[in-house]
Amino acid sequence: MLRRLIGFAVTLLLAAAVIFLLLDLLPGDPARFILGINASAEAVAALRTQLGLDAPAHERFLGWVWGMLHGDFGVSVTQRAPVAALIAERLAVTLPLTLIAMAISMAVGLPIGILAARRRGKATDTALMVLAQTGVAIPNFWFGMLLTLLFAVTLRWLPPGGFTPWQEDGWAALRGLIMPGLALALPQASILARVMRTALVDVTGQDFIRTARAKGMTLGEAVWRHGVRNAFLPVLTILGLQFAFLIAGTIIVENVFYLPGLGRLIFTAISERDLVLVRGATIVLVLAVTLTMLLVDLAYGLVDPRLRERRA
Amino acid sequence: MSWRHLTRHPSLTIGLAMTLVFALTGLASLVWTPYPIGDIAIARRFLAPGGPHWLGTDHLGRDLFSLVMSGTLTSFVIAALAVAIGIGIGVPMGLAAAAWGGPVEWVVLRISDLTFAFPAVIVAILITTLSGPGALNAIVAIGVFNIPVFARVARGGALSIATLDFVAAARLAGLGKAAIALKHLLPNILSLVIVQGTIQLSLGILAEAGLSYIGLGTQPPATSLGLMLRDAQSLFLIHPWLSLVPGLTIVAIVIALNLAGDGLRDALDPRLRREGLSHGAG
Repeated sequence: MLRRLIGFAVTLLLAAAVIFLLLDLLPGDPARFILGINASAEAVAALRTQLGLDAPAHERFLGWVWGMLHGDFGVSVTQRAPVAALIAERLAVTLPLTLIAMAISMAVGLPIGILAARRRGKATDTALMVLAQTGVAIPNFWFGMLLTLLFAVTLRWLPPGGFTPWQEDGWAALRGLIMPGLALALPQASILARVMRTALVDVTGQDFIRTARAKGMTLGEAVWRHGVRNAFLPVLTILGLQFAFLIAGTIIVENVFYLPGLGRLIFTAISERDLVLVRGATIVLVLAVTLTMLLVDLAYGLVDPRLRERRA
Repeated sequence: MSWRHLTRHPSLTIGLAMTLVFALTGLASLVWTPYPIGDIAIARRFLAPGGPHWLGTDHLGRDLFSLVMSGTLTSFVIAALAVAIGIGIGVPMGLAAAAWGGPVEWVVLRISDLTFAFPAVIVAILITTLSGPGALNAIVAIGVFNIPVFARVARGGALSIATLDFVAAARLAGLGKAAIALKHLLPNILSLVIVQGTIQLSLGILAEAGLSYIGLGTQPPATSLGLMLRDAQSLFLIHPWLSLVPGLTIVAIVIALNLAGDGLRDALDPRLRREGLSHGAG
């Protein structure tokens, strides 16, 4: 447990170092990079002072990390606002979107996987797995475009894009996230269904299921009471990986639906060469991915009592 | 691998055949396309499929079939180079971790954790910030993402073989750790690496599409399936066909590669019939 936490902290610190190295040290002079080649020497010098670039690299790095630990991610030069506030504002779109996508993919993927495993080798199984095979192959952003065509243009049930802030109209905000959520969830649900099926099929062959059957349970009862919980371990691993991919996926899918999330913020920052903002946004994404992996590891213990002792 | 393998595993046959058709169509674009892909003719834009333009024309009057041919090649090449990066760096890392263990293994696992924290999109964002968008970004971004995947596959495979008697025999015969890794572990994990390579190739094609779609990957005048989707985006509601063609091509290629991968896994090593190998790419 403690080792895992230390590993998490080390990974995060190294990731911060990589980002810092790439964005702060490689472009030569970040102030010149931000202002462009036509800027005057005075303007560059002024920006250097403003960005604190006159200090040596290791001090700047430590200052950045120390600031982040206190919620200070620096100030965006182009937006003239604290980076932390800018990111927090965008996370109000990206985070709910990721969670909605996750919920949809579990609600669809897991039952399909269980159903396919129960009907193993039959037509239902084959049909569901062909469906899953296709779902994995569909790019989520393209699926989003198809959804727009169906639900926004043909049926007119949902808005084609854009976002109403939560505080203005919570219901409208939620409606705006349904299609992007579906788009993100499709490939993930397909992967989940396949993993769930395989895990359950594996478990069904185990001795403890046979024992439960010998005690008089039907196969269905035995699999439901003992199998699903055991099959959940590989599923949990995939769930963790998926959350990471969903976070990355939102950056792409936000583009289809013109959502003002983290992805759009990053693209603006790139085009305006706002290094401080790009740095802050990427470290937040990396934090989200790493934190998910940590939580999955800790969740293993909750799902599987056998791992609790070994890890203690 | 023999013909018997192919006939006994229909998904392998179908998957390989489909992959080959796409790959060859892409390659053919190097020497021949129905129309030059740079051929802009506003007068013949938005032509319906059929007639001299088999799949119609886009918003610049370019022949859609020619674009798909060329785009398929780009997508394949980017994904393949990314897999090469993953195998070239990841497999030696995994083998070293398995052969030496101890601190070497610890370092490899930490590097692996670290790279896992950087989904392809994030790497692409960082590189684009520094040096602007381009196909090279996509290759590096997807390649970096592939490294820990292959490192884990190689380490896992090598560890399960390292306990076998013939490895112990080699050790007793006086072979060093590097020699054992190279002569005994590597050949035995090759099938695992090939299967994973097929899966990563399909994920790479999806990732390239995503990166080019948001403008971090392939740039005009080159074309890729993802870039075609980007071009078609603003016209999607009026001319959905322009998005359907590249989109369906991606779906077909990825299905082909996944079928081939699943088939290969079954044909090369029936013990590997698990889903654990496949997971998504960002």
